[in-house]
Amino acid sequence: MSVDERDPHSGYKTTGHEWNGIKELNTPVPRPVYFFLVAAFLFSVVYWVLMPAWPTGLSYTKGLLGIDQRTSVAREVAGAEAGRAAWTQKLEEMPFDQALADPALMTRVRESAPSLFGDNCAACHGQNGGGAPGFPNLRDDAWLWGSAPDAIAETIRAGVNSGHPDAHMSQMMAFGRDQLLPQEDVRAVVAYVRSLFAARAPAPSAALTRGAEVFAGNCASCHGARGEGNQQLGAPNLTDDEWLYGGDQESVFQTVWSGRQGQMPAWEARLTLAQRRMLTLYLIDQQRRAE
Amino acid sequence: MFGLHYKLEKKALALVLAIIGVSSIGGLVEIAPLFTIDQTVEEAPDMRVLTPLELAGRNIYIREGCNACHSQMIRTLRDEVERYGPYSRAAESQYDHPMLWGSKRTGPDLARLGGKYSDAWHTAHLNNPRDLVPQSVMPAYAWLSRHQLRIDDLQLHLRRLRTLGVPYTEAMIENASADAAGQAAPNTDRAWSVAERYGEATNIRDFDGQPGAPTEMDALVAYLQMLGRQTTIADRPVDEEGAE
Amino acid sequence: MTSELTTGQRQAALIFLAVFAIGGLFLAAFGRADPIAGHGWLVLVFALLSLFGVLTRYYDPEPAADRSGEYYDTPVKVGIILAMIWAVIGMFVGDWVAWLLVNPNLTFVDEAWASFGRLRPVHTTGVIFGFGGNALIATSFYVVQRTCRTRLAGHLSPLFVLWGYNLFCLLAVTGYLWGINQSKEYAEPEWYADLWLVIVWVAYLVLYLRTLARRKEPHIYVSNWYYLAFILVVAVLHIVNGLALPLSWASAKSYSLFSGVQDAMTQWWYGHNAVAFFLTSGFLGMMYYYLPKRAERPIFSYRLSIISFWGITFFYMWAGSHHLHYTALPHWVQTLGMTFSVMLLVPSWASAGNALLTLNGAWHRVRDDATLRFMFVAAVFYGLSTFEGSFMAIRSVNALSHYTDWTVGHVHAGALGWVAMITFGAIYASVPWLWETKDHVVAASRRSPLLARARRHPHLRFRDVELWHHPGPYVAHL
Ligand code: HEC
Ligand code: HEC
Ligand code: HEC
Ligand code: HEM
Ligand code: HEM
Ligand SMILES: [Ca+2]
Ligand SMILES: [Ca+2]
Ligand SMILES: [Cu+2]
Repeated sequence: MSVDERDPHSGYKTTGHEWNGIKELNTPVPRPVYFFLVAAFLFSVVYWVLMPAWPTGLSYTKGLLGIDQRTSVAREVAGAEAGRAAWTQKLEEMPFDQALADPALMTRVRESAPSLFGDNCAACHGQNGGGAPGFPNLRDDAWLWGSAPDAIAETIRAGVNSGHPDAHMSQMMAFGRDQLLPQEDVRAVVAYVRSLFAARAPAPSAALTRGAEVFAGNCASCHGARGEGNQQLGAPNLTDDEWLYGGDQESVFQTVWSGRQGQMPAWEARLTLAQRRMLTLYLIDQQRRAE
Repeated sequence: MFGLHYKLEKKALALVLAIIGVSSIGGLVEIAPLFTIDQTVEEAPDMRVLTPLELAGRNIYIREGCNACHSQMIRTLRDEVERYGPYSRAAESQYDHPMLWGSKRTGPDLARLGGKYSDAWHTAHLNNPRDLVPQSVMPAYAWLSRHQLRIDDLQLHLRRLRTLGVPYTEAMIENASADAAGQAAPNTDRAWSVAERYGEATNIRDFDGQPGAPTEMDALVAYLQMLGRQTTIADRPVDEEGAE
Repeated sequence: MTSELTTGQRQAALIFLAVFAIGGLFLAAFGRADPIAGHGWLVLVFALLSLFGVLTRYYDPEPAADRSGEYYDTPVKVGIILAMIWAVIGMFVGDWVAWLLVNPNLTFVDEAWASFGRLRPVHTTGVIFGFGGNALIATSFYVVQRTCRTRLAGHLSPLFVLWGYNLFCLLAVTGYLWGINQSKEYAEPEWYADLWLVIVWVAYLVLYLRTLARRKEPHIYVSNWYYLAFILVVAVLHIVNGLALPLSWASAKSYSLFSGVQDAMTQWWYGHNAVAFFLTSGFLGMMYYYLPKRAERPIFSYRLSIISFWGITFFYMWAGSHHLHYTALPHWVQTLGMTFSVMLLVPSWASAGNALLTLNGAWHRVRDDATLRFMFVAAVFYGLSTFEGSFMAIRSVNALSHYTDWTVGHVHAGALGWVAMITFGAIYASVPWLWETKDHVVAASRRSPLLARARRHPHLRFRDVELWHHPGPYVAHL
């Protein structure tokens, strides 16, 4: 293959061919190339022997180590669960007030809950639980379904309007759209609702009087005579300045005209009991620290 | 060896054949057995097909390139299983022509998204993700609610998929367009027949909150709400042999 | 271009373009209710514009009857210009989508076409197929003629290949913007564009083989092995991965033949080997010609070329499953993907080493010649990105890197550092050779007196030598 033409620079022979001025040296393949080729091949052979590797038609070689990615991950997850068992068991069994008073446990909660909350709840309730229009703020002290830890844990388990058999059901009717009230009455009651928050109370007027009448006739059954809300029904308190859907005229009008039916998913199937209780503790803890 | 090559490189056709031969081996050994080894795709007797509306939503997902940022494949790694739920099984995408496993996660994995959020959340999020997640870099898809969904050709979609092995029944194919409209119009007769054909577990709702003919938003949200819910196989543990 | 064709060829081109225009019209008419209609119109306009181009030059004087003594460089020049146009488009869109990842509101319009998911494949297709593909076709035409000492085997067919290929790229990127996308990464165009590419590609292969058959050198040069592997294997990959059932003849939508895990494996067998045979093999062909040419050094080792060529051709095809580590793909396939990726490093580094060692004795040129420096950087990045790739193919590393920006970083080390740099080197080298001189096939053997004359009379050398300040015996470029 080589001819007696030597490259003056390297001293190697050429192959004697030339393509438009390009020549090739007939340099032998450097040793390390073979060495690494063999080394990589040997590594592969060992790997094939130990791990699932080659198809055999209707099955495949399972490897001497008997490893399969699905059993490996199952084992790892189980191992991690076992490692956490001491405090997940506490979470599951300890009553909430006792847990809140257990500093070691609460440290765990403060470490682990934020990422759990971030992956599952933050989309709706915001990264720090501050909420968004239509999605309640979980850091204020206004609770739709009650502030008791068990009530919160129950909301997380079964959700609201979620389709879960134990879910809270709640609905704010569409008084305008469904023609339960004439438009003037909707306007009047909107004005009245907006006047309920004491700090903003406007001067009394005919409209407000009408609004109060409408409220007593249509709304008080859920929101209470003075608009203080009803945690049995998830009907919000209308006298504080915490709004789920917004307290400006436009938003309140929308609420009364078209109704609302907030939906909170059920987490029973997705999160374990310990995780749900951890989130409950986390929310209460957050709120306490905010105060 | 080099001497042999010295001869080979003088014959273009021999070179062609050698290249084809040498390059075919890898693909054959790795792909062909996936059709012959039964364990590759587990049995999932409860596997259900996508409804026409969900299928239309899937096609929108493909059209918009959501798979550029979202995977639908939870890997067999502890951190993924703990975050997203049970790792994905081959059976779960057995009707996916093509699969949408994805190769990049700019956003989260969506394989088990169904039921995680509410329809209202999805609609608001697709409308403008930053309304709900201020730091999100996901594009806004506000126009989806403005676009009527094309449903007149859905029969053809189902028929082609049946040719490829997706078990749609003749009744499903015949009624594809009506079922697509029905699934987004609860409390209508058409909605009842969707439940009859596709099962009680089917989500039948006005997904985008706009009554009337289905929009592209309805279809996409219907699809997202179904992700991970075609079969419960992923909840079944595997034994030490790796078999069911 | 037209002036290079005989009257008969001009007529053939006109008839072909007319038929094509009518075909576009049919597609537009029958696909009325479907996005495919837009592509009917696009085909119509594209064909009519080309038709007009041919007509304006129809009465130009015919070329000489025997041109076998000259290289056919018009398609090379056209291909280089097209590659540059696509480079500008593709990299502009790349920059654009990068900004969208910083601020998604930069779409400015609330319209579907402007969103990230539709623009991203415009970038990948624009750079890989538009820029990379045209550069490969152009340089392969250039290299095969020089290394075979013969003229391309056809006048119309090289132009057809370029024309058809760019029509494919245009169908692809406009399709994404209109919402036509198969979702298969790096194979996003729909079935009809895929079919069209098969036709174009077969024409390319036939042209290439016929040119090789005409060669006046007994041995086929290494560059051509690589270009040939690129053409052949890409054809196989494209056909198998593209198998799909269209909704109807008048609909853009199709459903891929495979589903789930088999589809995933086929897709990444394709996707990984698109990297191997489009972004690697083809560009190695380019490197094996331009780098020694520019360095004026012989290839370091013919034997190493053989080892690395067959190593790459064999090992690469096994490695696709490293894109599916820890997924629902059975574990055994992942093992094969990982181990073969590790073995693949050896022939990859052998190629990079062969290139870098070829520069021995010419390092002063690397210092002085910007063109060669591009190629040197490319060879270094080729080595770096293949090392990174083999590293990322290890399962436990991939557990960290998969789904993240690490992959995107690896991609661009290969795509910008290797693919774009070697292309820039090749284009910088060939543009002056092409535009400032007229090449002739060296009719006599390489021992011809021309060679000797060139050595003795430096003034016979063409201008780029002066531009880059280094002398060299470019025999064929007299
Ligand atoms: C799809 C959006 C969504 C997600 C995700 C979500 N929530 Fe909610 N959540 C809501 C809505 C809407 C409400 C209000 C329901 C209502 O109108 O009564 C709510 C209510 C609540 C309440 C009751 C608040 C009160 O004032 O009584 C708690 C507690 C709560 N969520 C906790 C969580 C936790 C913990 C998570 C994560 C595991 C979570 N949420 C995830 C939408 C969501
Ligand atoms: C059937 C019980 C019911 C009746 C009757 C009812 N509401 Fe409600 N209301 C609710 C519930 C439940 C919610 C919370 C909805 C949610 O969580 O999505 C609500 C929410 C509201 C809100 C939104 C509060 C916020 O924080 O954004 C306003 C305002 C309101 N109601 C006013 C009224 C007025 C005015 C009437 C009478 C015209 C009325 N409601 C009658 C149950 C009722
Ligand atoms: C530019 C990349 C990008 C594209 C394209 C994109 N997304 Fe997203 N997506 C994100 C990011 C980042 C997040 C996380 C922040 C957020 O929730 O908005 C996300 C979150 C989501 C979520 C919430 C998932 C969860 O579990 O919290 C859903 C659902 C979603 N996207 C659906 C889609 C759909 C459907 C499309 C296509 C129509 C799409 N995305 C296109 C980047 C993208
Ligand atoms: C100006 C130069 C370029 C810029 C600014 C750029 C930018 C980008 C961006 C922003 C992405 C998307 C990443 C993501 O989704 O997170 C991308 C992807 C990609 N680019 Fe580029 N790019 C450039 C040049 C190139 C070139 C020259 C090539 C090929 C020859 C290339 C090939 C690719 C490929 C293959 C992907 C897909 C990667 C994947 O899916 O993992 N790019 N590029
Ligand atoms: C020995 C050679 C190489 C090996 C073993 C290799 C391996 C890999 C691996 C392991 C990944 C990540 C897959 C994932 O996690 O999703 C990857 C991605 C990628 N590589 Fe390489 N690589 C090699 C060379 C190259 C070169 C030279 C280029 C470019 C010219 C390149 C382009 C790409 C692209 C475009 C992707 C992204 C695919 C996607 O969209 O997910 N690779 N490669
Ligand atoms: Ca990718
Ligand atoms: Ca395709
Ligand atoms: Cu790869």
